Amino acid sequence: MPILNDFSQELTTLNLGPTHPATHGIFQNILQMDGERIVSGVPTIGYIHRAFEKLAERKPFYQITTLTDRMNYCSSPINNLGWHMTVEKMLGVTVPKRAQYIRVIMMELARITDHLICNSILGVDTGAFTGFLYLFQEREKVYEIYEEVCGARLTTNMGRVGGMERDLSPVAIDKLRAWLKSFPVVMKEFESMFNRNRIFMDRVVNVGPISAEKALSYGFTGPNLRAAGVDYDVRVMNPYSSYEDFEFDIPVGTNGDTYDRFIVRNEEIWQSLRIINQALDRLPDGPYHADAPHYYLPDKPDVYKNMEALIYHFKIVMGEIDAPVGEVYHAVEGGNGELGFYLVSDGGRTPYRLHFRRPCFIYYQAYPEMAVGTTLSDAIVILSSMNVIAGELDA
Amino acid sequence: MTPQDAAVAPEAPVAEDPIKAQNSQVLALLTRLFGADTFTDVHEPYGLLTATTTRERIHEIIAGLQQDQELKFHFLTTMCGINYPENPSQELGMIYHLHSLTKNIRLRLKIFFPVADPVVPTLTDLYNTANWMEREAYDFYGVIFTGHPNLIRILNVEDMDYFPMRKQYPVEDGTREDKTDLFFGR
Repeated sequence: MPILNDFSQELTTLNLGPTHPATHGIFQNILQMDGERIVSGVPTIGYIHRAFEKLAERKPFYQITTLTDRMNYCSSPINNLGWHMTVEKMLGVTVPKRAQYIRVIMMELARITDHLICNSILGVDTGAFTGFLYLFQEREKVYEIYEEVCGARLTTNMGRVGGMERDLSPVAIDKLRAWLKSFPVVMKEFESMFNRNRIFMDRVVNVGPISAEKALSYGFTGPNLRAAGVDYDVRVMNPYSSYEDFEFDIPVGTNGDTYDRFIVRNEEIWQSLRIINQALDRLPDGPYHADAPHYYLPDKPDVYKNMEALIYHFKIVMGEIDAPVGEVYHAVEGGNGELGFYLVSDGGRTPYRLHFRRPCFIYYQAYPEMAVGTTLSDAIVILSSMNVIAGELDA
Repeated sequence: MTPQDAAVAPEAPVAEDPIKAQNSQVLALLTRLFGADTFTDVHEPYGLLTATTTRERIHEIIAGLQQDQELKFHFLTTMCGINYPENPSQELGMIYHLHSLTKNIRLRLKIFFPVADPVVPTLTDLYNTANWMEREAYDFYGVIFTGHPNLIRILNVEDMDYFPMRKQYPVEDGTREDKTDLFFGR
Protein backbone atom coordinates (compact mmCIF):
# COMPACT_ATOMS: atom_id res chain seq x y z
CA MET A 1 0.00 0.00 0.00
CA PRO A 2 1.82 3.17 -1.14
CA ILE A 3 1.68 6.23 1.00
CA LEU A 4 -0.21 8.69 -1.11
CA ASN A 5 1.23 11.85 0.31
CA ASP A 6 4.85 10.81 0.00
CA PHE A 7 5.97 12.45 -3.19
CA SER A 8 9.65 12.18 -2.38
CA GLN A 9 10.05 8.81 -4.13
CA GLU A 10 8.16 9.73 -7.24
CA LEU A 11 10.26 10.37 -10.32
CA THR A 12 9.10 12.52 -13.19
CA THR A 13 9.94 11.61 -16.77
CA LEU A 14 10.73 14.68 -18.77
CA ASN A 15 11.25 14.71 -22.51
CA LEU A 16 13.78 17.41 -23.31
CA GLY A 17 13.36 17.71 -27.03
CA PRO A 18 13.23 16.44 -29.79
CA THR A 19 12.20 19.94 -30.88
CA HIS A 20 12.88 22.10 -27.91
CA PRO A 21 14.57 25.44 -28.57
CA ALA A 22 17.17 24.63 -25.96
CA THR A 23 18.27 21.37 -27.56
CA HIS A 24 19.80 23.26 -30.51
CA GLY A 25 18.68 20.66 -33.00
CA ILE A 26 16.45 17.68 -33.33
CA PHE A 27 17.44 15.22 -30.67
CA GLN A 28 15.78 14.01 -27.54
CA ASN A 29 16.85 13.52 -23.95
CA ILE A 30 14.56 11.45 -21.79
CA LEU A 31 15.34 12.66 -18.29
CA GLN A 32 14.27 11.09 -15.02
CA MET A 33 13.80 13.89 -12.54
CA ASP A 34 13.58 13.76 -8.80
CA GLY A 35 12.07 17.14 -8.15
CA GLU A 36 14.44 19.39 -10.01
CA ARG A 37 17.44 17.02 -9.85
CA ILE A 38 18.24 14.85 -12.84
CA VAL A 39 18.58 11.21 -11.80
CA SER A 40 19.28 9.66 -15.17
CA GLY A 41 19.14 10.54 -18.82
CA VAL A 42 18.83 8.66 -22.07
CA PRO A 43 19.71 10.47 -25.27
CA THR A 44 17.86 9.46 -28.42
CA ILE A 45 19.28 10.57 -31.73
CA GLY A 46 18.78 9.87 -35.40
CA TYR A 47 15.88 12.20 -36.11
CA ILE A 48 17.62 13.76 -39.10
CA HIS A 49 19.70 10.78 -40.15
CA ARG A 50 20.14 11.12 -43.90
CA ALA A 51 22.36 8.10 -44.62
CA PHE A 52 25.30 10.15 -45.86
CA GLU A 53 27.68 7.23 -45.62
CA LYS A 54 25.42 5.12 -47.80
CA LEU A 55 24.76 7.95 -50.25
CA ALA A 56 28.49 8.57 -50.54
CA GLU A 57 28.95 5.07 -51.92
CA ARG A 58 27.07 6.17 -55.03
CA LYS A 59 28.44 9.64 -55.56
CA PRO A 60 31.60 10.63 -57.40
CA PHE A 61 34.20 12.20 -55.16
CA TYR A 62 33.47 15.84 -55.87
CA GLN A 63 29.72 15.36 -55.42
CA ILE A 64 30.30 14.24 -51.85
CA THR A 65 31.33 17.80 -50.97
CA THR A 66 27.68 18.77 -50.85
CA LEU A 67 27.04 16.04 -48.31
CA THR A 68 29.87 17.16 -46.06
CA ASP A 69 28.77 20.77 -45.70
CA ARG A 70 25.42 19.58 -44.38
CA MET A 71 27.06 17.83 -41.44
CA ASN A 72 28.35 20.62 -39.25
CA TYR A 73 26.41 23.43 -40.89
CA CYS A 74 27.84 26.02 -38.52
CA SER A 75 31.29 25.55 -40.05
CA SER A 76 30.71 24.10 -43.51
CA PRO A 77 34.05 25.13 -45.07
CA ILE A 78 36.01 22.97 -42.63
CA ASN A 79 33.95 19.96 -43.65
CA ASN A 80 34.29 20.72 -47.36
CA LEU A 81 37.99 21.37 -47.33
CA GLY A 82 38.67 18.42 -45.04
CA TRP A 83 36.95 16.19 -47.55
CA HIS A 84 38.91 17.65 -50.45
CA MET A 85 42.14 17.15 -48.55
CA THR A 86 41.23 13.50 -48.02
CA VAL A 87 40.70 12.99 -51.73
CA GLU A 88 43.90 14.87 -52.52
CA LYS A 89 45.81 12.69 -50.10
CA MET A 90 44.44 9.62 -51.81
CA LEU A 91 45.15 10.87 -55.31
CA GLY A 92 48.57 12.23 -54.39
CA VAL A 93 47.78 15.79 -55.50
CA THR A 94 49.98 18.54 -54.09
CA VAL A 95 48.10 21.76 -53.50
CA PRO A 96 49.99 25.02 -54.15
CA LYS A 97 50.85 27.27 -51.22
CA ARG A 98 48.44 30.02 -52.13
CA ALA A 99 45.50 27.64 -52.15
CA GLN A 100 46.63 26.19 -48.84
CA TYR A 101 46.75 29.64 -47.26
CA ILE A 102 43.33 30.55 -48.64
CA ARG A 103 42.02 27.31 -47.19
CA VAL A 104 43.52 28.14 -43.82
CA ILE A 105 41.81 31.54 -43.88
CA MET A 106 38.47 29.99 -44.78
CA MET A 107 38.72 27.23 -42.22
CA GLU A 108 39.61 29.65 -39.43
CA LEU A 109 36.72 31.93 -40.42
CA ALA A 110 34.49 28.89 -40.17
CA ARG A 111 35.88 28.03 -36.75
CA ILE A 112 35.17 31.56 -35.57
CA THR A 113 31.57 31.46 -36.77
CA ASP A 114 31.09 28.07 -35.17
CA HIS A 115 32.39 29.31 -31.82
CA LEU A 116 30.45 32.58 -32.12
CA ILE A 117 27.20 30.70 -32.44
CA CYS A 118 28.00 28.31 -29.63
CA ASN A 119 29.10 30.96 -27.16
CA SER A 120 26.43 33.50 -27.94
CA ILE A 121 23.69 30.86 -27.69
CA LEU A 122 25.18 29.78 -24.39
CA GLY A 123 24.56 33.37 -23.34
CA VAL A 124 20.95 33.11 -24.51
CA ASP A 125 20.48 29.91 -22.54
CA THR A 126 21.61 31.67 -19.40
CA GLY A 127 19.21 34.52 -20.11
CA ALA A 128 21.47 37.07 -21.80
CA PHE A 129 20.12 37.81 -25.23
CA THR A 130 22.21 40.87 -26.05
CA GLY A 131 25.46 39.02 -26.64
CA PHE A 132 23.78 36.86 -29.22
CA LEU A 133 22.60 39.89 -31.17
CA TYR A 134 26.08 41.39 -31.07
CA LEU A 135 27.79 38.28 -32.40
CA PHE A 136 25.17 37.18 -34.88
CA GLN A 137 25.80 40.32 -36.88
CA GLU A 138 29.44 39.37 -37.08
CA ARG A 139 28.52 35.95 -38.39
CA GLU A 140 26.52 37.63 -41.12
CA LYS A 141 29.60 39.58 -42.14
CA VAL A 142 31.65 36.39 -42.34
CA TYR A 143 28.93 34.86 -44.47
CA GLU A 144 29.22 37.82 -46.81
CA ILE A 145 32.89 36.98 -47.16
CA TYR A 146 32.01 33.36 -47.95
CA GLU A 147 29.55 34.64 -50.52
CA GLU A 148 32.30 36.67 -52.15
CA VAL A 149 34.61 33.64 -52.20
CA CYS A 150 32.32 30.86 -53.37
CA GLY A 151 28.87 32.31 -54.03
CA ALA A 152 27.10 30.57 -51.17
CA ARG A 153 26.59 31.50 -47.56
CA LEU A 154 25.58 28.46 -45.53
CA THR A 155 26.17 25.32 -47.58
CA THR A 156 29.35 26.66 -48.98
CA ASN A 157 30.62 23.80 -51.19
CA MET A 158 33.95 25.56 -51.02
CA GLY A 159 37.14 24.43 -52.69
CA ARG A 160 37.77 21.79 -55.30
CA VAL A 161 39.98 18.73 -55.49
CA GLY A 162 43.38 20.32 -56.14
CA GLY A 163 42.80 23.77 -54.69
CA MET A 164 40.13 26.42 -54.59
CA GLU A 165 37.42 26.97 -57.16
CA ARG A 166 38.31 30.65 -57.48
CA ASP A 167 41.06 32.91 -56.29
CA LEU A 168 40.34 35.34 -53.47
CA SER A 169 38.87 38.35 -55.25
CA PRO A 170 40.02 41.88 -54.31
CA VAL A 171 36.52 42.52 -52.97
CA ALA A 172 36.76 39.48 -50.73
CA ILE A 173 40.14 40.59 -49.42
CA ASP A 174 38.79 44.11 -48.77
CA LYS A 175 35.82 42.70 -46.90
CA LEU A 176 38.05 40.38 -44.93
CA ARG A 177 40.42 43.20 -43.96
CA ALA A 178 37.56 45.43 -42.93
CA TRP A 179 36.06 42.65 -40.84
CA LEU A 180 39.41 41.86 -39.21
CA LYS A 181 39.49 45.50 -38.07
CA SER A 182 35.94 45.75 -36.81
CA PHE A 183 35.39 42.33 -35.31
CA PRO A 184 37.90 42.46 -32.39
CA VAL A 185 36.07 45.49 -31.01
CA VAL A 186 32.79 43.59 -30.89
CA MET A 187 34.48 40.50 -29.53
CA LYS A 188 36.12 42.48 -26.73
CA GLU A 189 32.76 43.94 -25.87
CA PHE A 190 31.21 40.49 -25.81
CA GLU A 191 33.97 39.19 -23.56
CA SER A 192 33.68 42.10 -21.18
CA MET A 193 29.97 41.41 -21.04
CA PHE A 194 30.39 37.75 -20.09
CA ASN A 195 33.83 36.66 -18.93
CA ARG A 196 33.67 38.12 -15.41
CA ASN A 197 29.93 38.60 -15.24
CA ARG A 198 28.71 37.54 -11.80
CA ILE A 199 25.34 36.22 -12.97
CA PHE A 200 26.85 34.35 -15.87
CA MET A 201 29.62 32.82 -13.75
CA ASP A 202 27.13 31.67 -11.16
CA ARG A 203 25.36 29.75 -13.86
CA VAL A 204 28.35 28.08 -15.49
CA VAL A 205 31.28 27.71 -13.09
CA ASN A 206 31.58 24.13 -11.86
CA VAL A 207 28.58 23.08 -13.90
CA GLY A 208 29.02 19.81 -15.81
CA PRO A 209 32.70 19.27 -15.18
CA ILE A 210 34.44 16.34 -16.81
CA SER A 211 37.90 15.06 -15.98
CA ALA A 212 40.60 14.65 -18.58
CA GLU A 213 40.62 10.85 -18.28
CA LYS A 214 36.86 10.65 -18.68
CA ALA A 215 36.94 13.05 -21.60
CA LEU A 216 39.60 10.99 -23.36
CA SER A 217 37.74 7.77 -22.71
CA TYR A 218 34.59 9.32 -24.15
CA GLY A 219 36.50 10.36 -27.25
CA PHE A 220 36.24 14.10 -26.68
CA THR A 221 38.25 16.26 -29.03
CA GLY A 222 38.38 19.93 -29.83
CA PRO A 223 37.40 22.67 -27.37
CA ASN A 224 35.54 20.23 -25.13
CA LEU A 225 38.68 18.16 -24.58
CA ARG A 226 40.95 21.17 -24.29
CA ALA A 227 38.68 22.65 -21.64
CA ALA A 228 39.42 19.52 -19.60
CA GLY A 229 43.13 20.30 -19.82
CA VAL A 230 44.37 18.11 -22.69
CA ASP A 231 46.15 20.15 -25.34
CA TYR A 232 45.29 17.89 -28.27
CA ASP A 233 44.79 19.84 -31.45
CA VAL A 234 44.95 18.19 -34.87
CA ARG A 235 46.31 21.41 -36.36
CA VAL A 236 49.42 21.05 -34.22
CA MET A 237 49.79 17.30 -33.94
CA ASN A 238 49.14 16.38 -37.57
CA PRO A 239 49.41 19.67 -39.45
CA TYR A 240 47.63 19.92 -42.77
CA SER A 241 47.27 22.71 -45.30
CA SER A 242 50.37 24.62 -44.03
CA TYR A 243 49.21 25.07 -40.45
CA GLU A 244 52.82 24.52 -39.43
CA ASP A 245 53.66 27.92 -40.98
CA PHE A 246 51.62 29.88 -38.47
CA GLU A 247 52.12 30.83 -34.88
CA PHE A 248 49.23 30.21 -32.55
CA ASP A 249 48.61 28.90 -29.05
CA ILE A 250 46.32 26.14 -27.89
CA PRO A 251 44.14 27.46 -25.07
CA VAL A 252 43.48 24.84 -22.40
CA GLY A 253 41.16 24.86 -19.41
CA THR A 254 41.60 23.19 -16.04
CA ASN A 255 38.52 21.33 -14.87
CA GLY A 256 36.45 21.01 -18.02
CA ASP A 257 33.32 22.72 -16.74
CA THR A 258 30.95 24.85 -18.76
CA TYR A 259 32.84 28.02 -17.97
CA ASP A 260 36.10 26.50 -19.21
CA ARG A 261 34.50 25.43 -22.44
CA PHE A 262 33.16 28.96 -22.93
CA ILE A 263 36.52 30.56 -22.21
CA VAL A 264 38.44 28.09 -24.39
CA ARG A 265 36.17 28.87 -27.31
CA ASN A 266 36.58 32.60 -26.79
CA GLU A 267 40.34 32.20 -26.69
CA GLU A 268 40.28 30.07 -29.81
CA ILE A 269 38.50 32.86 -31.64
CA TRP A 270 41.43 35.15 -30.85
CA GLN A 271 43.92 32.51 -31.97
CA SER A 272 42.00 32.00 -35.19
CA LEU A 273 42.14 35.74 -35.80
CA ARG A 274 45.91 35.57 -35.30
CA ILE A 275 46.16 32.80 -37.89
CA ILE A 276 43.98 34.66 -40.40
CA ASN A 277 46.05 37.81 -40.01
CA GLN A 278 49.28 35.90 -40.56
CA ALA A 279 47.91 34.03 -43.55
CA LEU A 280 46.53 37.16 -45.15
CA ASP A 281 49.74 39.11 -44.66
CA ARG A 282 51.88 36.33 -46.04
CA LEU A 283 49.50 35.18 -48.77
CA PRO A 284 51.87 33.87 -51.46
CA ASP A 285 51.46 34.65 -55.13
CA GLY A 286 51.00 31.88 -57.60
CA PRO A 287 48.29 29.53 -58.75
CA TYR A 288 45.28 28.85 -56.58
CA HIS A 289 44.89 25.27 -57.71
CA ALA A 290 47.11 22.35 -58.60
CA ASP A 291 47.99 21.46 -62.16
CA ALA A 292 45.93 18.30 -62.03
CA PRO A 293 43.76 18.20 -65.14
CA HIS A 294 42.38 14.77 -64.29
CA TYR A 295 40.70 16.14 -61.19
CA TYR A 296 40.45 19.93 -61.43
CA LEU A 297 37.75 21.31 -63.69
CA PRO A 298 39.38 23.33 -66.52
CA ASP A 299 38.62 27.01 -67.13
CA LYS A 300 35.45 27.49 -69.13
CA PRO A 301 37.08 29.47 -72.01
CA ASP A 302 39.53 26.60 -72.40
CA VAL A 303 36.71 24.10 -72.69
CA TYR A 304 35.39 25.96 -75.73
CA LYS A 305 38.72 26.11 -77.54
CA ASN A 306 40.84 23.25 -76.33
CA MET A 307 40.08 19.58 -77.05
CA GLU A 308 41.95 18.24 -74.01
CA ALA A 309 40.14 20.63 -71.71
CA LEU A 310 36.82 19.54 -73.19
CA ILE A 311 37.63 15.88 -72.59
CA TYR A 312 38.72 16.50 -69.02
CA HIS A 313 35.69 18.68 -68.39
CA PHE A 314 33.42 15.91 -69.64
CA LYS A 315 35.16 13.21 -67.64
CA ILE A 316 35.12 15.21 -64.43
CA VAL A 317 31.49 16.26 -64.80
CA MET A 318 30.46 12.68 -65.51
CA GLY A 319 32.36 11.62 -62.40
CA GLU A 320 34.88 9.45 -64.19
CA ILE A 321 37.76 10.19 -61.89
CA ASP A 322 39.67 6.98 -61.49
CA ALA A 323 41.02 6.66 -58.01
CA PRO A 324 43.81 4.40 -56.82
CA VAL A 325 42.94 1.33 -54.81
CA GLY A 326 43.60 1.88 -51.15
CA GLU A 327 42.40 3.38 -47.94
CA VAL A 328 43.12 6.75 -46.40
CA TYR A 329 42.26 8.44 -43.13
CA HIS A 330 42.54 12.18 -42.94
CA ALA A 331 41.61 14.30 -39.96
CA VAL A 332 41.10 18.04 -39.64
CA GLU A 333 40.34 20.13 -36.59
CA GLY A 334 36.68 20.87 -37.02
CA GLY A 335 34.72 23.34 -34.97
CA ASN A 336 33.93 20.60 -32.46
CA GLY A 337 37.07 18.53 -32.67
CA GLU A 338 38.73 15.92 -34.80
CA LEU A 339 36.69 15.57 -37.97
CA GLY A 340 37.99 12.48 -39.74
CA PHE A 341 37.31 10.98 -43.13
CA TYR A 342 38.03 7.30 -43.60
CA LEU A 343 37.86 6.51 -47.29
CA VAL A 344 38.21 3.04 -48.79
CA SER A 345 38.57 2.98 -52.54
CA ASP A 346 38.41 -0.06 -54.80
CA GLY A 347 39.53 1.93 -57.82
CA GLY A 348 36.05 2.92 -58.88
CA ARG A 349 34.65 6.38 -59.43
CA THR A 350 32.92 6.41 -56.05
CA PRO A 351 34.20 5.43 -52.60
CA TYR A 352 33.75 1.79 -51.69
CA ARG A 353 33.21 2.84 -48.09
CA LEU A 354 33.29 6.28 -46.54
CA HIS A 355 33.12 6.73 -42.81
CA PHE A 356 32.88 10.14 -41.20
CA ARG A 357 34.38 10.48 -37.76
CA ARG A 358 31.89 13.05 -36.52
CA PRO A 359 33.10 14.54 -33.24
CA CYS A 360 29.55 15.38 -32.06
CA PHE A 361 28.37 11.83 -32.52
CA ILE A 362 31.23 10.48 -30.49
CA TYR A 363 31.21 12.77 -27.50
CA TYR A 364 27.50 13.41 -27.12
CA GLN A 365 27.10 10.08 -25.34
CA ALA A 366 28.88 11.61 -22.36
CA TYR A 367 26.08 14.10 -21.91
CA PRO A 368 23.89 12.06 -19.49
CA GLU A 369 26.87 11.47 -17.25
CA MET A 370 27.65 15.18 -17.19
CA ALA A 371 24.05 16.17 -16.56
CA VAL A 372 23.13 13.65 -13.88
CA GLY A 373 23.00 15.25 -10.45
CA THR A 374 22.47 18.75 -11.76
CA THR A 375 19.24 20.62 -12.24
CA LEU A 376 17.32 21.06 -15.44
CA SER A 377 18.55 24.60 -15.98
CA ASP A 378 22.14 23.38 -15.60
CA ALA A 379 21.52 20.55 -18.03
CA ILE A 380 20.47 23.08 -20.68
CA VAL A 381 23.63 25.08 -20.16
CA ILE A 382 25.84 21.97 -20.32
CA LEU A 383 24.21 20.88 -23.56
CA SER A 384 24.66 24.34 -24.98
CA SER A 385 28.34 24.51 -24.07
CA MET A 386 29.07 21.11 -25.65
CA ASN A 387 28.05 22.55 -29.01
CA VAL A 388 26.24 19.50 -30.33
CA ILE A 389 25.22 20.07 -33.94
CA ALA A 390 22.35 17.81 -34.97
CA GLY A 391 23.52 17.51 -38.56
CA GLU A 392 26.89 16.23 -37.47
CA LEU A 393 25.39 14.02 -34.79
CA ASP A 394 23.16 12.15 -37.20
CA ALA A 395 24.82 12.57 -40.59
CA MET B 1 50.38 12.39 -64.06
CA THR B 2 47.92 9.61 -64.73
CA PRO B 3 45.80 8.15 -61.95
CA GLN B 4 47.91 5.01 -62.16
CA ASP B 5 51.02 7.02 -61.31
CA ALA B 6 49.19 8.61 -58.41
CA ALA B 7 48.39 5.17 -57.11
CA VAL B 8 52.05 4.28 -56.98
CA ALA B 9 53.47 7.59 -55.76
CA PRO B 10 52.37 7.74 -52.10
CA GLU B 11 53.34 4.12 -51.47
CA ALA B 12 56.91 4.58 -52.72
CA PRO B 13 59.37 3.96 -49.87
CA VAL B 14 61.10 7.06 -48.56
CA ALA B 15 64.31 6.64 -46.61
CA GLU B 16 64.74 8.23 -43.11
CA ASP B 17 61.04 9.07 -42.98
CA PRO B 18 60.05 9.67 -39.34
CA ILE B 19 56.62 8.15 -39.93
CA LYS B 20 58.20 4.98 -41.27
CA ALA B 21 60.48 4.80 -38.25
CA GLN B 22 57.52 5.24 -35.89
CA ASN B 23 55.53 2.60 -37.71
CA SER B 24 58.36 0.09 -37.49
CA GLN B 25 58.60 0.86 -33.76
CA VAL B 26 54.88 0.13 -33.31
CA LEU B 27 55.14 -2.98 -35.42
CA ALA B 28 58.04 -4.23 -33.32
CA LEU B 29 55.96 -3.63 -30.19
CA LEU B 30 52.96 -5.42 -31.68
CA THR B 31 54.96 -8.49 -32.63
CA ARG B 32 56.76 -8.52 -29.27
CA LEU B 33 53.51 -8.35 -27.29
CA PHE B 34 51.25 -10.54 -29.37
CA GLY B 35 53.46 -12.63 -31.65
CA ALA B 36 54.30 -12.12 -35.30
CA ASP B 37 51.74 -14.61 -36.59
CA THR B 38 48.85 -12.67 -35.04
CA PHE B 39 48.99 -10.02 -37.73
CA THR B 40 48.48 -10.54 -41.42
CA ASP B 41 48.39 -8.13 -44.29
CA VAL B 42 50.59 -5.50 -42.61
CA HIS B 43 51.12 -2.43 -44.75
CA GLU B 44 51.27 1.34 -44.49
CA PRO B 45 48.84 3.04 -46.85
CA TYR B 46 49.54 6.79 -46.79
CA GLY B 47 51.76 6.41 -43.75
CA LEU B 48 49.20 4.83 -41.42
CA LEU B 49 50.24 1.42 -40.10
CA THR B 50 47.50 -1.09 -40.88
CA ALA B 51 47.29 -4.68 -39.73
CA THR B 52 44.64 -7.37 -39.92
CA THR B 53 44.04 -9.70 -37.02
CA THR B 54 41.30 -12.04 -35.84
CA ARG B 55 38.18 -11.33 -33.81
CA GLU B 56 39.34 -13.82 -31.18
CA ARG B 57 42.32 -11.66 -30.35
CA ILE B 58 41.15 -8.12 -31.05
CA HIS B 59 39.98 -7.35 -27.53
CA GLU B 60 43.17 -8.65 -25.97
CA ILE B 61 45.30 -6.69 -28.45
CA ILE B 62 43.52 -3.38 -27.95
CA ALA B 63 43.51 -3.83 -24.17
CA GLY B 64 47.24 -4.58 -24.31
CA LEU B 65 47.91 -1.52 -26.44
CA GLN B 66 45.90 0.64 -24.06
CA GLN B 67 47.87 -0.60 -21.04
CA ASP B 68 51.25 -0.46 -22.74
CA GLN B 69 53.35 2.07 -20.87
CA GLU B 70 55.54 2.91 -23.82
CA LEU B 71 52.99 3.92 -26.42
CA LYS B 72 49.75 4.36 -24.45
CA PHE B 73 47.05 4.02 -27.07
CA HIS B 74 44.57 5.87 -24.88
CA PHE B 75 42.42 7.21 -27.64
CA LEU B 76 40.01 5.27 -29.82
CA THR B 77 39.58 7.62 -32.73
CA THR B 78 36.88 5.72 -34.54
CA MET B 79 35.62 2.30 -35.45
CA CYS B 80 33.41 1.32 -38.33
CA GLY B 81 32.10 -1.69 -40.17
CA ILE B 82 32.71 -2.67 -43.76
CA ASN B 83 31.12 -5.20 -46.08
CA TYR B 84 32.86 -7.23 -48.81
CA PRO B 85 30.11 -9.56 -50.07
CA GLU B 86 32.45 -11.33 -52.48
CA ASN B 87 34.88 -12.54 -49.80
CA PRO B 88 33.54 -15.92 -48.66
CA SER B 89 33.39 -16.32 -44.86
CA GLN B 90 34.97 -12.87 -44.47
CA GLU B 91 32.07 -10.76 -45.66
CA LEU B 92 31.93 -8.36 -42.76
CA GLY B 93 34.72 -6.41 -41.15
CA MET B 94 35.40 -3.96 -38.37
CA ILE B 95 38.05 -1.30 -38.66
CA TYR B 96 39.55 0.31 -35.57
CA HIS B 97 41.58 3.52 -35.56
CA LEU B 98 43.69 3.99 -32.46
CA HIS B 99 45.75 7.02 -31.55
CA SER B 100 48.56 7.35 -29.06
CA LEU B 101 48.34 11.00 -28.05
CA THR B 102 51.63 11.00 -26.12
CA LYS B 103 53.71 9.76 -29.07
CA ASN B 104 51.29 10.92 -31.80
CA ILE B 105 51.13 7.55 -33.52
CA ARG B 106 48.03 6.34 -35.28
CA LEU B 107 47.28 2.68 -35.87
CA ARG B 108 44.58 0.93 -37.86
CA LEU B 109 43.50 -2.59 -36.97
CA LYS B 110 41.06 -4.69 -38.96
CA ILE B 111 39.17 -7.88 -38.39
CA PHE B 112 37.03 -9.86 -40.78
CA PHE B 113 34.38 -12.45 -40.03
CA PRO B 114 31.50 -14.27 -41.78
CA VAL B 115 28.16 -12.54 -42.21
CA ALA B 116 26.45 -15.69 -40.92
CA ASP B 117 28.19 -15.35 -37.57
CA PRO B 118 28.77 -11.62 -36.99
CA VAL B 119 29.81 -11.81 -33.34
CA VAL B 120 32.63 -9.61 -32.06
CA PRO B 121 33.75 -8.78 -28.51
CA THR B 122 32.81 -5.34 -27.28
CA LEU B 123 35.30 -2.63 -26.41
CA THR B 124 32.96 -0.76 -24.08
CA ASP B 125 34.92 -2.04 -21.08
CA LEU B 126 38.03 -0.32 -22.45
CA TYR B 127 36.69 2.90 -23.95
CA ASN B 128 33.44 4.63 -23.06
CA THR B 129 33.31 6.01 -26.56
CA ALA B 130 33.00 2.51 -28.06
CA ASN B 131 29.38 2.35 -26.90
CA TRP B 132 27.77 4.43 -29.62
CA MET B 133 30.28 3.45 -32.27
CA GLU B 134 29.34 -0.19 -31.74
CA ARG B 135 25.67 0.62 -31.80
CA GLU B 136 26.25 2.39 -35.09
CA ALA B 137 28.11 -0.62 -36.53
CA TYR B 138 25.27 -2.86 -35.35
CA ASP B 139 22.69 -0.54 -36.84
CA PHE B 140 24.38 -0.37 -40.23
CA TYR B 141 25.99 -3.79 -40.62
CA GLY B 142 24.40 -6.08 -38.05
CA VAL B 143 27.62 -6.74 -36.19
CA ILE B 144 26.76 -8.18 -32.77
CA PHE B 145 29.05 -7.08 -29.96
CA THR B 146 29.04 -9.56 -27.09
CA GLY B 147 29.01 -7.82 -23.75
CA HIS B 148 27.65 -4.53 -25.04
CA PRO B 149 25.33 -3.04 -22.40
CA ASN B 150 22.71 -1.66 -24.76
CA LEU B 151 23.03 -2.99 -28.29
CA ILE B 152 20.08 -1.35 -30.05
CA ARG B 153 19.79 0.67 -33.22
CA ILE B 154 20.96 4.23 -32.89
CA LEU B 155 20.40 6.22 -36.10
CA ASN B 156 17.72 4.16 -37.85
CA VAL B 157 14.25 3.38 -36.61
CA GLU B 158 13.84 0.56 -34.12
CA ASP B 159 11.53 -1.60 -36.23
CA MET B 160 13.84 -1.78 -39.25
CA ASP B 161 14.51 -5.43 -40.02
CA TYR B 162 17.64 -5.24 -42.17
CA PHE B 163 21.08 -3.68 -42.00
CA PRO B 164 21.10 -0.95 -44.61
CA MET B 165 24.83 -0.40 -45.16
CA ARG B 166 25.39 -3.93 -46.40
CA LYS B 167 26.13 -3.96 -50.09
CA GLN B 168 23.10 -6.09 -50.93
CA TYR B 169 20.86 -3.09 -50.31
CA PRO B 170 21.19 -0.54 -53.11
CA VAL B 171 20.61 3.13 -52.39
CA GLU B 172 17.71 3.40 -54.74
CA ASP B 173 14.60 1.29 -54.90
CA GLY B 174 15.47 -1.67 -57.11
CA THR B 175 11.94 -2.02 -58.42
CA ARG B 176 11.92 1.35 -60.13
CA GLU B 177 12.22 1.27 -63.89
CA ASP B 178 12.13 4.96 -64.75
CA LYS B 179 15.74 5.45 -63.71
CA THR B 180 18.73 3.49 -64.91
CA ASP B 181 22.10 3.08 -63.32
CA LEU B 182 23.79 3.30 -66.69
CA PHE B 183 25.50 6.63 -66.23
CA PHE B 184 25.50 7.27 -62.54
CA GLY B 185 26.87 5.68 -59.45
CA ARG B 186 28.87 2.51 -59.35
